[in-house]
Amino acid sequence: MAQETRNAYGEELAKLIVENKDIVVLDADLTKSTKTIEAKKACPERHFNAGIAECNMMGMAAGLAASGKTVFASSFAVFAAGRAFEIIRNSICYPHLNVKVCATHAGLAVGEDGASHQAIEDVSLMRTLPNMRVFVPCDQYETKAVIDYVAKTEGPCYVRMGRGKVEDVYDENKKFDFTKVDVIRKGKDVVLFAMGLMVQEALKAAEEIDATVVNVCSVKPIDEESIKELLASHKEAYTCEEHSVIGGLFSAVSEIKAKTSITTPVTPIAVMDTFGESGKMKDVLKKYGMTAEHIIEVVKK
Amino acid sequence: MDVNGLKQHALNIRRNIVTQVYTAQSGHPGGSLGCADILTYLYFEEMDVNKDNAGSASRDRFVLSKGHTSPALYATLYEAGIINEDLKSFRQLGSNLQGHPNMNYVKGVDMSTGSLGQGISTAVGMALANRLDANGKRVYALVGDGESEEGLVWEAMMAAGHYKLADFCVIFDLNHLQIDGNIEDVMNPTPLDKKAEAFGFNVVECDGNDFESIAKAFDAFHKEKEKPTAIIAHTAKGKGVSFMENNYAWHGSAPNEEQYNQAMEDLKEVK
Repeated sequence: MAQETRNAYGEELAKLIVENKDIVVLDADLTKSTKTIEAKKACPERHFNAGIAECNMMGMAAGLAASGKTVFASSFAVFAAGRAFEIIRNSICYPHLNVKVCATHAGLAVGEDGASHQAIEDVSLMRTLPNMRVFVPCDQYETKAVIDYVAKTEGPCYVRMGRGKVEDVYDENKKFDFTKVDVIRKGKDVVLFAMGLMVQEALKAAEEIDATVVNVCSVKPIDEESIKELLASHKEAYTCEEHSVIGGLFSAVSEIKAKTSITTPVTPIAVMDTFGESGKMKDVLKKYGMTAEHIIEVVKK
Repeated sequence: MDVNGLKQHALNIRRNIVTQVYTAQSGHPGGSLGCADILTYLYFEEMDVNKDNAGSASRDRFVLSKGHTSPALYATLYEAGIINEDLKSFRQLGSNLQGHPNMNYVKGVDMSTGSLGQGISTAVGMALANRLDANGKRVYALVGDGESEEGLVWEAMMAAGHYKLADFCVIFDLNHLQIDGNIEDVMNPTPLDKKAEAFGFNVVECDGNDFESIAKAFDAFHKEKEKPTAIIAHTAKGKGVSFMENNYAWHGSAPNEEQYNQAMEDLKEVK
């Protein structure tokens, strides 16, 4: 089946807000898009609309968290991680407050809205903040599990979700362990590290190139030990991300490698330091190389 | 209200403000001295905070949105017996008394602040939480006049007005000076009263260096049951130290030994 990760977020949050009286949800005039409207329907008294004022939404989130609340704050990734960056830094991460920044519409997959709305640097921005945890779930099941996990994890968390439908990678029986990377497929010489919707593309590509596919959902903290072992046990490594080549998964894996004597080359499949553009989700993703075909092409080169 | 008692607390606080900045040879004495009477009133008259409940969140809370005046907050918490830190460690390596306050390091600091505009925004969140918890507690935010050039201040004001947070009080410290000079010359944020009113606030003015006047303003806040309250507090930057008063040069610079001695002489006794 295919489902939007943001839909899974909306469903899970609507469940959690009823179960946990400490949860408060904030949104910035995008409740129907981010799907926090489901939480609002379930519990209107603990859902607040901050209006089109993302910076104040993050400030309010910090204040609510300083009062003992578990706060979920949602907007599009470009506004949540971008516009409100410094509020997240100084009022949420520095005081280590219990705010879950759950951003939707991340990456090029936003499609038609174009470059102004396509956050390709959010993981980079959030990963650099002390105390922040960063998660990029790849499908509806992983999204629900991540939302459950961050709700129970004390401190600031960033969850990156998309706009469009993505194929299921897992099913409802999957037991997730976000302290570890998930080796979904074992191949021979090539290892593909992927996050978000590139996990599906990596899996498709792996059929043709017999690659190991590793889902890196928790980009921070990152499972250094497994990544080191996977780098050492393969001849070539590739990182696959619908995100800038600067500061995201390629950087995270390269940083780990740089601290070792491992010689396996790491090649990025990413947004190559450029803005995106308007177009249908599939067309934009194809043009910027976010496809199994492009992964195969790069690996075979 | 024991005005003479408050004046003595304020004097002790001012002496410790100057001592912190002098010892560190760094910090913001002008604005700290200017808001010392407001902090004194808040911690010795207005709020239900004391050394026993300071560690809990179910009490009135204060957010120093103008976080650079941390010497005033530290000196006030010290005067109230809430903290027992060595004030002379202010801004020194390893000290809990950071240049701008950190809520996790210092008991009684209700929010980490320093980046202007953010404190008031977090205070609005606290007031929302109080409403959810129906605990009847109040939240206070002290915002600088220069700080109110930040757009986030007005996003927060809009939210407080929108949610009709009647237990929320913002105090604008109107001393007319910022780092680069007069606020009217740098980027004029006035009139603050009309702006606050337009954002749905009950607006009160006071002399922020006069306890009788401050008391009346907070009384007006208590009486207001529908809207949040904005107190426009007229203060003198550098209040109490003759050569610092109303001089923007003392926004962020430390006195030398001679100046320190002069300041302590100025702050010798209650006037």
